[in-house]
Amino acid sequence: MSAPNACLDCLRRARLLAHLAPYIEKIASAAPGSRSPELLRLSNEDLAAAAAPQIAAQVLGEVGAAPERRLRADLLAARCWACCWHDPAFPPGLYDAADAPWALIGRGDPGLLGRLEPQETVTIVGARRASAYGREMARELARELAAAGLLVISGLAFGVDACAHRGALDADTTVAVLGCGADIAYPASHRSLWRRICERGLVLSELPPGTGAWRWTFPARNRIMAALAGMTVVVEAAQRSGSLITADLAADLGRDLGAVPGPVNSRASAGTNDLLAGGACLIRDGQDVLDAMLGPGVRRAERVGADLDARLREVLAVLERGAETSDAISAALDLDGAEAASALATLEALGYVSCSLVGVYSRTLLSAPAI
Amino acid sequence: MLATAQTFTLDGISARPVRVEVDVHRGLPAFSVVGLPDAAVREARERVRAALVNCGFEFPLRRIVANLAPASLRKAGPGLDLAISVALLTASGQLELERGSIAMVGELALDGSVRPVPGVLAIAEAARERDCEAIVVPAENGAEAALVKGLEVICLESLAQVAELAAGEWMPPRPRPMSLDRRAGEALPDLADLRGQRHLRYALEVAAAGGHSMLMVGPPGAGKSLAASRLPSILPPLAMEEALEVARIASVCGRLGGEGVSGRPFRSPHHSISPAGLVGGGNPPGPGEATRAHCGVLFLDELCEFRRDTLEALRAPLENGWVAVARAGTWRQLPCRFMLVAASNPCPCGRGESDPECSCAPLAVQRYQARLSGALADRIDVLAAIRQPSAEEIGGPAGESSAAVRERVIAARERQESRLGTGRSNAEMTAAEVRECALEEKAATLLAESYARRRLSGRAHDRVLRLARTVADLAGSETIGHEQIAQALQLRRRDSE
Repeated sequence: MSAPNACLDCLRRARLLAHLAPYIEKIASAAPGSRSPELLRLSNEDLAAAAAPQIAAQVLGEVGAAPERRLRADLLAARCWACCWHDPAFPPGLYDAADAPWALIGRGDPGLLGRLEPQETVTIVGARRASAYGREMARELARELAAAGLLVISGLAFGVDACAHRGALDADTTVAVLGCGADIAYPASHRSLWRRICERGLVLSELPPGTGAWRWTFPARNRIMAALAGMTVVVEAAQRSGSLITADLAADLGRDLGAVPGPVNSRASAGTNDLLAGGACLIRDGQDVLDAMLGPGVRRAERVGADLDARLREVLAVLERGAETSDAISAALDLDGAEAASALATLEALGYVSCSLVGVYSRTLLSAPAI
Repeated sequence: MLATAQTFTLDGISARPVRVEVDVHRGLPAFSVVGLPDAAVREARERVRAALVNCGFEFPLRRIVANLAPASLRKAGPGLDLAISVALLTASGQLELERGSIAMVGELALDGSVRPVPGVLAIAEAARERDCEAIVVPAENGAEAALVKGLEVICLESLAQVAELAAGEWMPPRPRPMSLDRRAGEALPDLADLRGQRHLRYALEVAAAGGHSMLMVGPPGAGKSLAASRLPSILPPLAMEEALEVARIASVCGRLGGEGVSGRPFRSPHHSISPAGLVGGGNPPGPGEATRAHCGVLFLDELCEFRRDTLEALRAPLENGWVAVARAGTWRQLPCRFMLVAASNPCPCGRGESDPECSCAPLAVQRYQARLSGALADRIDVLAAIRQPSAEEIGGPAGESSAAVRERVIAARERQESRLGTGRSNAEMTAAEVRECALEEKAATLLAESYARRRLSGRAHDRVLRLARTVADLAGSETIGHEQIAQALQLRRRDSE
């Protein structure tokens, strides 16, 4: 596949967005609760006139005169590349959205653009303030789906987004869509994750390199995430959560919508439970996603782990019944500390369990082979 | 007339010689002390005056100057009282001590009795190094000073005895050296009190066997502090050298009682402690909690509540086994080879996120746990997750006793010493030594797999190998097998991503 390319007009459009970002911010914040700004579907001239009537002509003139060499040199300097909607490599899902970006600026592996077919792509979003349950589910789901060959998209935000990226990276690769330039790690504490995705996956943005994040750019990137993927899965969201915007946008585009159920008395899961009540697909594991996207039974999620001996099966069974620390396991099975430790480490190495920062074990979605 | 006396002042945890020169000559009655005395030394004038008079000596009503040499060294503490008064008595012709090289240290009470002072062990050692024949110490400090071989110790109860001593009318009793109980000490609290908690017991044993630092995470009341306080009882006995060092530090800190040292120290500073309090500070620099825990256990309860700069200050000392405290014009190196044991709640409310009762916001939990993976955590090898023991376990039979566990720990340490050299443990292995550890094929595969899956960082890889080596030493195995790598993987502290 040839390298992705972007024409000068589309590059200038991206530059115009960056110039107008503060003015769009003013309009967007005047109408709070809005989804991605309606302005984005306007032409260059209308956009400038709507966002900044006083200086519209000046901005248009500046951007229109921006030399091509400069624009492309900026991309190169940020180790980015661009792909516009005139290019055959442009992700087809984006053509469905009326307010699709003209160009995508990417950093990382451009070859992944070819895999961004809606039927092979899933977006996982959810709360930034996610509970341990939400984070674990996001990670597991992403790991399973990536292992089953789907491309997992998320937004590099705190909580569910980051866990989805990590889970997908565990198995394969992932795509992050940012609300700032693709060369900026935002939030900054996810710099190492961002770097890993740049190395092994793909980071996308509609804004030129160096553009900072604005409040309106997040719902705007949500529309890209929703349009890119054939299905959007919300892992954990309270009512009025930002992830529900992505879910709305996906539903408007006619994309599949899934939600992971949570405890009915948990406020953190109220949004996802509402989605389910409203008819979203019930997502319990990767197989549910595959069935919803590709049809029941078309593809099996890679779910069966390696063989286990009797001892390990016992330990696994105790974990499934709710024991959480190695201490509880050794007490339940009357093992000594060393035996329990080695059983748990083996199960962790095989991927059956995962261990938190504070030594609490939880069961992953991997199931043991039948005896 | 001029007279001198030899004494010592504490500096860090060692003593520096001070020569007291007293000159009594004609002039208006005055008594001045020069030579960088601190407040306690300056106040010696009043104590010396009263003690002299109350012991039946005469306080000369002349111009008295006491000079403390070297003049550049800052002198601290009341230990110089005795030397000043003896020099004064000699200078005023009331006393004639025949013996030349005799050092003296002690604080005077107003009635002339001699009070104990801190750091007598270090002072006696310094006196021997300077070829003093004898040292005069307060009676309470006699047993401590007698630990130093090749030095005559004279115990003084009162200043009046100095005159009897000089006249040869009184033969001072020879003090018996205090006992240095190097065994872990049967008096220490026993591990048998820890009921249930098999994983915690196991983690404690591995940590003790390899000298690994350890972090315990669990709800309040699950037994973290109890477990930590039992750790000294399962550590191997102190070597003679170590026991002396422990005694010297305890003595400088004024904590060496008459009964001597019993086993390894256990220090548990409150989380409000300052960096200087933890690693040492002040001017002149004095030892902190880290030095007091030398050869023992430093327990940091509620690790997440400690100030960040306090914990940062502990990094280099943990690495080096000593801490350098620099103050304007002075620089001291204090020993602090201790085992670090930290404890923390899993979340701010303490119940743990998986408990339905936990009311902590997820972000608050993340922020709390982020502190567990800070810079200090990098130096922690073992993680033990603890839960509330069940009713049966609490009421159940007592666990294995410290003595039984200690035997296994000692055996494992002996194996390490034969491999690494005397006094060294697996936790101190250099990267090169870690690479030399023999791995069985299956073990190498498991470690490589875990590493490849990005579940381990480079540093964590070495940490696992060190731990696995300790587990193998406990099992009495020359090579590291699959089982041992697995156990080390489970015991290791987790890194956040």
